[in-house]
Amino acid sequence: MQPLLEMRGISKSFPGVKALDDVSLSVAEGEIHAIVGENGAGKSTLMKVLSGVYPAGRYEGEIHYDGALAEFRSIQDSEARGIIIIHQELALVPLLSIAENLFLGNEISRNGYIQWHETTRRTRELLARVGLSDPPNMLVEKLGVGKQQLVEIAKALAKDVRLLILDEPTAALSESDSDALLDLMLELKSRGMTQIIISHKLNEIRKVADSITVIRDGSTVSSLRAGRDEITEDRIVRDMVGRDMAQRYPPRTRRAGPVLLDVANWSVRHPDFPERMAIKDVSFNVREGEVVGIAGLMGAGRTELAMSVFGRSYGRDIQGEVRMRGAPVKLNTVSDAIAAGLAYVTEDRKSLGLILEDTIQRNITLANLHAVSSRGLLNEAREAQVAEGYRKSMNIRTPGVHQVVGNLSGGNQQKVVLSKWLFSGPEVLILDEPTRGIDVGAKFEIYGLINELSAQGKGVVIISSEMPELLGMCDRIYVMNEGAFMGELTAEDASQERIMSMIVTRSEKV
Amino acid sequence: MQQANAQAGTAQSMREYLVNHLREYGLLFALIAVMVFFQITTNGTLMRPVNITNLLLQNSYIVIMALGMLIVIVSGNIDLSVGSVMGFIGALAAVLIVSMGLPLMVAVVICLITGGLIGAAQGYWIAYWKIPSFIVTLAGMLVFRGLSLWLLQGQSVGPFPREFQVIATGFVADPFPAAWGQSLAVMFGERNVNILALLTGVVAAAVIVWMGINKRARNKTFGVVGEPFAFFVVRNIIVAAALVFITYKLSSFRGLPNVLLTMGILTIIYAFLTENTVIGRQIYAVGGNEKAAKLSGIKTERLTFLAFVNMGVLAAAAGLVFAARLNTATPKAGFALELDVIAAAFIGGASMSGGVGKIVGAVVGAFLMGVLNNGMSIMGIGIDYQQMIKGLVLLAAVIFDVYNKSKRV
Repeated sequence: MQPLLEMRGISKSFPGVKALDDVSLSVAEGEIHAIVGENGAGKSTLMKVLSGVYPAGRYEGEIHYDGALAEFRSIQDSEARGIIIIHQELALVPLLSIAENLFLGNEISRNGYIQWHETTRRTRELLARVGLSDPPNMLVEKLGVGKQQLVEIAKALAKDVRLLILDEPTAALSESDSDALLDLMLELKSRGMTQIIISHKLNEIRKVADSITVIRDGSTVSSLRAGRDEITEDRIVRDMVGRDMAQRYPPRTRRAGPVLLDVANWSVRHPDFPERMAIKDVSFNVREGEVVGIAGLMGAGRTELAMSVFGRSYGRDIQGEVRMRGAPVKLNTVSDAIAAGLAYVTEDRKSLGLILEDTIQRNITLANLHAVSSRGLLNEAREAQVAEGYRKSMNIRTPGVHQVVGNLSGGNQQKVVLSKWLFSGPEVLILDEPTRGIDVGAKFEIYGLINELSAQGKGVVIISSEMPELLGMCDRIYVMNEGAFMGELTAEDASQERIMSMIVTRSEKV
Repeated sequence: MQQANAQAGTAQSMREYLVNHLREYGLLFALIAVMVFFQITTNGTLMRPVNITNLLLQNSYIVIMALGMLIVIVSGNIDLSVGSVMGFIGALAAVLIVSMGLPLMVAVVICLITGGLIGAAQGYWIAYWKIPSFIVTLAGMLVFRGLSLWLLQGQSVGPFPREFQVIATGFVADPFPAAWGQSLAVMFGERNVNILALLTGVVAAAVIVWMGINKRARNKTFGVVGEPFAFFVVRNIIVAAALVFITYKLSSFRGLPNVLLTMGILTIIYAFLTENTVIGRQIYAVGGNEKAAKLSGIKTERLTFLAFVNMGVLAAAAGLVFAARLNTATPKAGFALELDVIAAAFIGGASMSGGVGKIVGAVVGAFLMGVLNNGMSIMGIGIDYQQMIKGLVLLAAVIFDVYNKSKRV
C-alpha cells in the first residue's frame, strides 16, 4: 500500500548538536503509527520538521506526503494539507467556550460575521464524534484535562484532518481518561484516519499501534510492525535505551521504622469557592524508610492535599494536625515546612518547580541558599561544588552546571528538581508525579533514588496516576477520591483492580 | 593536523561564545560606537573635559533611578511613578529647606524616608494584594504629580543654599599637594591635573582587572567554561582604558564630581547586592518564576515589597540630586523621566517578563541614552528628531534581544 507519509533521511542540526541524524519514517494510510524514544531522542524535533516549524531547507532529507514531495514552510502550510499536531501542552483558550475554541482561527463566518447557529450545530456534531456531550457554550476551563484533550481532537476534526499527530496525549490523563482517549483513537482509525502517537507509555502503544518507530539519540533504531514483528514491552524498552532493563522497578529491602510524618484530620476548603471542601478529613502517616503511595484519578485532590500540608500553599480554612516524629508542628509557610524537614517535588516542574531561564546551579540551591551563604553573602565556590556534586550523583546529563535548565530534557529537569529538594535536607519527601513525561531510563534512575532515600531512613510519599508505578514502588497505598481517602492497601493486598474498585464503588455510594 | 583541528575548535567555541553573549558585548560596543560617532560629528566637543563632566551630571539621576528600576523589573514588575516621585521629593526638599529653613541633614533624611514610604505604599498593593504594578504605579504617577503641584502651589521654589547644591554640582577636593598636580599638568601639557580623580580612575581600572582575573581563575577551578581568553583581554583593556581616559579628562577639568562618586558607590553596592547576596538571588528567582520561588520557601511578597521600597528611596535620592542641580524645585520636574529610566533598564538587557537583567547593563544603558541626548543636542538636532531616534534605539535594542534569543533556540 502506498504510504501516506514518508520521511526519508531527515537530519537537523542546531549549533553544536545534531538533533536528528538520518531518520526515516513511513506511515501507511489508515494506520496508527507510534513513535517512541527517550526524552531528548529527537521525537519533537522530527514533528517540528514535519509540521513546518523548521521550514523546508532548514533540514536535510525529504518528506513525501500523499504521493508527492512536500516542502512545508509553516504550520499553516502543513495544516492546509491536513497534518495536525496536538501538543502535549494543550493549546486551548481557557476563558473561551468549547465552540469558540473548536473554530478558533477557522471561524464559520459570512462576510466576517460569525454564524453562531451553524457553529453550535457543528460543535455538537464534532463533540459527539469524540464522545462528549457537554454544551458548546461551556467554558473550556470548566472541563477536566481529559475532556480538554478530547476537545483538542474535536478541534483537529473540525479542520479536515488527514494525519493526526498526538504528542504524549495521555501524559496528563488518569487511567480511565487515557483509556477513553485510546478507544477514540481506535474508533477514528476504523473510520480510516491516519494517526501518529508519540508516547512513553508502552502498554498504550501496544494497545493501539499498528507500527512503531523507535528513535534513539536522533536516529531510527528500529521499525516494528504489528503482526510481522514480535512486539513486547521489553523489546521496545531495549531499543529505546539501548540496553536490557532487567526490572522496571528496582528491588528494595523493606523496613519501616517509627512514624516520621503524621497528618491527622486534615480538612481544606477550596480557595475560590469556600463552600466547597477540597480535602475532607484526611489522615495519613509515613514511617522512617517507608515509601507510601497516594493513588487516585486526576482531580482526586492529591496535589491539593500535598500542597496544603506543604506550608499552606493551597486552599483556605485549613484544619488538622501535623506531627513530625510525634511532635506537633505548625507549617504556616513554605519555609516552616522546609525547616520541619518536608520537601515537596511539584507535579508541574516547568511552571512550579524550576526557573527555566536560570542555570542548573542556581536552581539546585534555591530552596537552601543559607547552606551556600554566610551572613547573606553567597559563596559561589561552595555553590558550584554542591551543584557539581548533584550533577555527578544524580547523573544529570549536561556539559556543566552552568547550563540553562530550560534546555534540558524532561528527565534531566526532573533530576534538577529532585537535587534541589535533596539539598534542602528533608526527612520526608512528597513526590508528585515524579516520573511524568520522562523517559524510561530516567524513570529507572529516579526509582533507584527513591529506594536509596528510603534506605537512608527518609520517608517518601509518591503521588502518581500510573498505578503500576505505585504498585511497583510502594509499601502502602492510600486511595483517594473526591478529596477524601477511600482506604488503604498494603503492598501485598494492592492491585490495579482493587484500587480502581475502591475508587469506583465508594464514589457511587457518595 | 591535530593542531589545525584544535584551532578550528577554538574558533568555533569563540564564535559560539560570542553568539551567546552578543548582547553584553553589543551593548559595550554600541556605547563606544555612539561615542566615537559623536566625537567625530561634534568635532571633538563630546569628549571635552567640560562636556564629559556635564554628561555625568546630566545623567546622574537617571542612573540612580535605573539601579532601582532594574531590580523592580527583574522582580517582574514595573514602576511608572518614579519621575513623579522624583519631582515630588524635589518639591518636598524645597519646601523643607527653602520655605521652612530646616537643617540640611534633617531635610535630606526626611526626603529619603518619604521616598521609602511612597515605595512601601505602592509596593504594599502590588506585593500583598497582587494588583498589577503597572496600574498601581500609573496611579502613583498621577497622584505624586498632583501632590508636587499642590506642595509648590504651582510655583517654582528656590534657590537652595550653597551646601545643598554641592550634592549635584560639587567636586571632591584634591587632597594631594597642588604642586604635584601642577607638575603633572606640565608633563601632560594640560592646564591642571586633579590627582585624586586620575588616581581613582587608575585604581578602579586596576581593581576591575584584578577582580576579573580572580573570577576567571575561580571559574577555571570549578570547570566553568568562561569567556575565551582573547575576549577577556580585549574587554578588560577597553574597560580599563575607558575608565582611565574618562578620569583623565575629568582630572584636567575640575576633578571628580560628587555625584559621580555617589553613582559609582551605589552602582557597586547594587551590583554586589544583585549578584552576590541571597536576597539578590531570591529577587531574580521571584522574577524568573514566582510560583516556583514561593514553593522553594522564598518570601516572594516581602521581596516584591522591598524592591518597591528601595525604588522609592532611590527615586528620592534622585529627586534631591535633580533639585540641587537645577537649584530650584519646579512642579514639572521629572516629567516623563520614568520613560528614560525604564528605557535604560531595557536597553541594558532587562527582560519585560522578569528574572533577567544586570545592574551594569542598566547603567550602561542609561549612559547610552545620555550620550545620544548629549551628542544630538551638541549637533543641534531638534528635540523632535531626538525623541524619534531615542525611541528607535530602544526598539532596536529589544528587537535585537528577541532576535538573538529566537536564533539560539
